[in-house]
Amino acid sequence: MPEPVIKTNKLTKIFGDFVAVDEITFEVQPGEIFGFLGANGAGKTTAMRMLCGLSYPTSGSATVGGYDVYRENEMIKKHIGYMSQKFSLYEDLTIFENIRFYGGIYGLTNKQIKIKSEELISFLELEQEAKKLVKGLPIGWKQKLSFAVAIIHQPKIVFLDEPTGGVDPVARRQFWDLIYDASSRGITIFVTTHYMDEAEYCDRVSVMVDGSIKALDSPSNLKREYEAMSMDDVFYKLARGAKRGP
Amino acid sequence: MRTIKFLIQKEFLQIFRNKGLLPLLFVAPLIQLLVLPLAADYEVKNISISVVDHDHSVYSRSLISTISASGYFKNGGYSSSYKKSISQMEKDKADIILEIPVDFEKNLIREGGEKLFVAVNAINGVKAGLGGAYLARIINQFNEEIRMKWISPSRFNPGPVIEIVSSTWFNPYMNYKYFMVPGILAVLVTMISSYVCALNIVKEKEIGTIEQINVTPIKKIHFILGKLIPFLIIGLVVFSIGLFAVGRFVYGISPLGSIALLYAFLFIYLIALLGFGLLISTYSDTQQQAMSIAFFFMMLFMLMSGLFTPIESMPQWARIIAQSNPVTYFIQVLRMIILKGSNFNDIKIHFLVITIFAIGLNGWAVFNYKKTN
Repeated sequence: MPEPVIKTNKLTKIFGDFVAVDEITFEVQPGEIFGFLGANGAGKTTAMRMLCGLSYPTSGSATVGGYDVYRENEMIKKHIGYMSQKFSLYEDLTIFENIRFYGGIYGLTNKQIKIKSEELISFLELEQEAKKLVKGLPIGWKQKLSFAVAIIHQPKIVFLDEPTGGVDPVARRQFWDLIYDASSRGITIFVTTHYMDEAEYCDRVSVMVDGSIKALDSPSNLKREYEAMSMDDVFYKLARGAKRGP
Repeated sequence: MRTIKFLIQKEFLQIFRNKGLLPLLFVAPLIQLLVLPLAADYEVKNISISVVDHDHSVYSRSLISTISASGYFKNGGYSSSYKKSISQMEKDKADIILEIPVDFEKNLIREGGEKLFVAVNAINGVKAGLGGAYLARIINQFNEEIRMKWISPSRFNPGPVIEIVSSTWFNPYMNYKYFMVPGILAVLVTMISSYVCALNIVKEKEIGTIEQINVTPIKKIHFILGKLIPFLIIGLVVFSIGLFAVGRFVYGISPLGSIALLYAFLFIYLIALLGFGLLISTYSDTQQQAMSIAFFFMMLFMLMSGLFTPIESMPQWARIIAQSNPVTYFIQVLRMIILKGSNFNDIKIHFLVITIFAIGLNGWAVFNYKKTN
């Protein structure tokens, strides 16, 4: 069995006296599409930020791509892509300029940047908009662009934090086509979502409630275990008892 | 190095697309440089004088016309009594009262002397002090003139008189603008570099774009340099426009000293102040916070820099603050190189201090900028 790309052991983050992430332990295998589910405030984003090297854990251990999250967080950053919940590319740059900038930051050569940006722009079907400022684009296109930028350097793993928030089902479906495409090129996908139909697309899912992982398995196994018709029911049964949340 | 190239390219694209920032960077300083030195005038003019002439003689009229011909005073009206003049002063219509007694002319000729009374409104201390001094000088001159008329110099020596002949160096016409323009230029360059740089980074924090940067393997020093270099270039451009376009063509100031030396100092100074801006940005999460912190320090920097008031006359504790203020050194160096033509030897201490500031502030900012927290 190949070495897991993400491996955590009792990973914990405490802010003051609030335990945001409570001793989570799990593994993600290479090439997997791993769904990281949980209610609002369950600690998904905090956990993800620790894995991306944006935030130091309070205790426990984790490796991402074989690198330690405490000591080698800058090495982790070379091998991962990250798409945050909030759109965080430059709105006052064009699509092309954003791609060129991040290509440059990730150390691509000028030739690679040229090839990559043409490839990405045609792949996302944004040829008409490539020279327009990002500011005016609809949210669905912004999300596609964020995803493209997150995988521009062919990372081992890409972390997607609610990548399809606020868009219609058609756009969501299109976005998942992009995810499948990236996955078929060998990129491991670590994705959080609130949409349970999306959870069905994942190879395995974990469900976080109040900072800890309550269940982790493939969607079909989970449905069997919780005697549920859909992932929606599974999630409802698990998250019903949550103390945190809105 | 390539990383820095991409950062600078991105920064300039954003700056030139920001229609609110561009005029702030390039137009506002020029307007300020055109307006402020004209207002920040040390010379006191238009002192309004109220004259109470009880004598109405040839001499008293001649004295009054000498005063009004001097150009410093404007006629605040004649009144028949001291009391009326005081009420004028209470209404702020007179700054100074000159009372000429009855028999001024008669006593001057017969007794060989007479006393005049001068009252000064001292609410504005500078105006009162200078106004009183001007008036005393004019009356003295008037006195000399009438003495000369009466005495035939060939007959006998009227007694030893010390006459002072002074010459003014470095600014022969005592044009206060020569003094103010370099100082105001220093303040403008300081404000632009530190304010704009701090706000720029905090804006990235606010809208979240910095998170996408922090998740890349970019090195902290590269990120900081990528922010510093564009604003360094802008600072150099704004300074050059101020010095050559406004300073030379509007105020007729051309530096006496070496331009290369001036720019060498400016370069290090800008790095120091940009470092200060970066430091503010690492301590603030919102643009509002950054603004408030920057505003506090700017006030301190401006008032404690010797721009308006000489540092030598400050109390000891204030002098210590002034000496730990980078702006102080920049204003001094600008005035020294531009007006006095000082060379490197004269300002090597300034170079040393500002280099320490540059290293210290930038080091602190890099240390305090956290990609992971």
